Amino acid sequence: MKKSVKILLMILVGILISVSLSACGKSGDKKTLNVYNWGDYIDPSVIKDFEKEYNIKVNYSTFDTNEDMYVKVKSGGTSYDVLFPSDYIIEKMIREDMLLKLDMNNIPNYKYIDDKFKNLEFDPNNEYSVPYMWGTVGIIYNKNMVKEKVDSWDILWDEKYKGQILMLNSQRDSIAVALLKLGYSMNTRDLNELQEAKELLVKQKPLVYAYVGDEVKDMMIGEEAAMAVVWSGDAVFMKEQNENLEYAIPKEGTNLWFDNIVVPNTSKNKEEAELFINYLCRPEVGLKNTEYIGYSTPNVETFKLLPEELQKDKSAYPEDKDLVKTEIFKDPGDFVKEYSRIWTEVLVEE
Amino acid sequence: MVNKFVKRLYTTLIFLFLYAPIIILIVFSFNSSKSRGTWDSFTFKWYIELFKNQEIMKSLYYTIIIAVLSAAISTAIGTFAAIGIYNMNYFGKKVVLNLNYLPVLNPDIVTAISLMTLFRFMNLELGFLSMLLSHITFCIPYVILSVLPKLKQMNKHLAEAAMDLGATPFYALRKVIIPEIMPGIITGALMAFTLSIDDFVISFFNTGSGVTNLSITVYSMARRGIKPEINALSSLMFITVLVLLLIINNRTSKDIERRGEA
Repeated sequence: MKKSVKILLMILVGILISVSLSACGKSGDKKTLNVYNWGDYIDPSVIKDFEKEYNIKVNYSTFDTNEDMYVKVKSGGTSYDVLFPSDYIIEKMIREDMLLKLDMNNIPNYKYIDDKFKNLEFDPNNEYSVPYMWGTVGIIYNKNMVKEKVDSWDILWDEKYKGQILMLNSQRDSIAVALLKLGYSMNTRDLNELQEAKELLVKQKPLVYAYVGDEVKDMMIGEEAAMAVVWSGDAVFMKEQNENLEYAIPKEGTNLWFDNIVVPNTSKNKEEAELFINYLCRPEVGLKNTEYIGYSTPNVETFKLLPEELQKDKSAYPEDKDLVKTEIFKDPGDFVKEYSRIWTEVLVEE
Repeated sequence: MVNKFVKRLYTTLIFLFLYAPIIILIVFSFNSSKSRGTWDSFTFKWYIELFKNQEIMKSLYYTIIIAVLSAAISTAIGTFAAIGIYNMNYFGKKVVLNLNYLPVLNPDIVTAISLMTLFRFMNLELGFLSMLLSHITFCIPYVILSVLPKLKQMNKHLAEAAMDLGATPFYALRKVIIPEIMPGIITGALMAFTLSIDDFVISFFNTGSGVTNLSITVYSMARRGIKPEINALSSLMFITVLVLLLIINNRTSKDIERRGEA
């Protein structure tokens, strides 16, 4: 017994020493940059190359939803330098004065970003953010199970496909689908329109096989359902895995989404953060990330480096005419509770 | 005969029910396709990828360091607290024990937010230290709860007898009390260790830049899909725990044998 206690103590002391040593190693002259990104949303070699080139240490951590990230940054106590939030949450963070204005002189590679992705509603003068990835929401379907042409949200309400439709278990996305089908704005603040959307979703419920999250990929690849509402980036992945799948952007319009790079006001190394953003906008670095993640790049030069078949892939890079009717999510502010209420009512409906 | 058969069948079904998910997980960690739904072909590639994946390895490192440290520290604090509580008068014991139950019954999220607020109030930068402190905090009550019953089982007069025979109080504690309650201490330490590895909510709110444990890393992969490397890692962790359990069991059964001979 005594012996084992001794051994345990020795292990503990060893660990303590190694921890304090590694902590010491960190506090050298090297600058550190705290990056907070979505999980699995960067090519790991990009971070390593950046560290080597600029002799800056990158402290990398990840989050799962915009809301999680927002809470962490808002509550303070952290010192993140670079974040990757989506459109509507950037709008909210700008409004709440949580972001620093970027000095575009330090980000010369910003010129590679496609003009159509600049000065968007959530950051009108592009003072706070630089686009990182973008995409659309649409319908992925199995060509063997769906013989007709898919070009409208209406097909998700077709009795023929009862029990073969997958919807997203995400309140804003699913309500948006109903609103778009009705011809309303997906950022509506009209309670009557929301009520109509709710009735539509309730009507659709018997046809829906399941409300799903990430597992939609496995289910579509495994041919468990005929069609599903998905994000374009995931659609590209699914099409690679199963050639029977096809992606369509409905003609009523859809959601255009962005994940942009921003610097929060908790940052203590703004210059290094801008250096990092500029590095990410380099065409060949953008290429690495685009190939690793599989989402669409807003970088014109990166796009030119992509393999030709991907450049021509209409799921990832739809033609401009398909994007005319797209809308970007806006921060609903307090109205979000109406969306939550509607979605809960849909889910509990028998 | 039939009775026996039914019994066996029942036990098998129960174990199948309990272990089927883990078996599937292990099988799919050898699946060469990225998909979790379909089997493609046999491969070791995810195990190789796993050790190459800096992010996962770093969070594994932090998970283990935090788990070992918080288990050790909370076991030490919890054991002495338990001995103290045991020797309190009736009323004091009641009050302190109930206070001890509160953190156990409290939802994790309450503990998480209140710890975060406390750290913010103390102006402590969230990071390794805050995560370690919060893990120690939520582990202590469990250690106390697993040590106390052992103290109650122990013969009250053992320590007194030792001191009568010339042991100093500290010597009696070391040589008599602690060995007597050792099983409780080990249970408490193991519990603290697993709770710490398991924890997501408290870790998420109390960690800062650069420090993540496995549960945070895995959870943050949800949007882009859990990587098959995680299957490989989970299989390895399961096997490690299994082997540890076998070793411990083997040791205790040998111990019992030896005592039986003596």
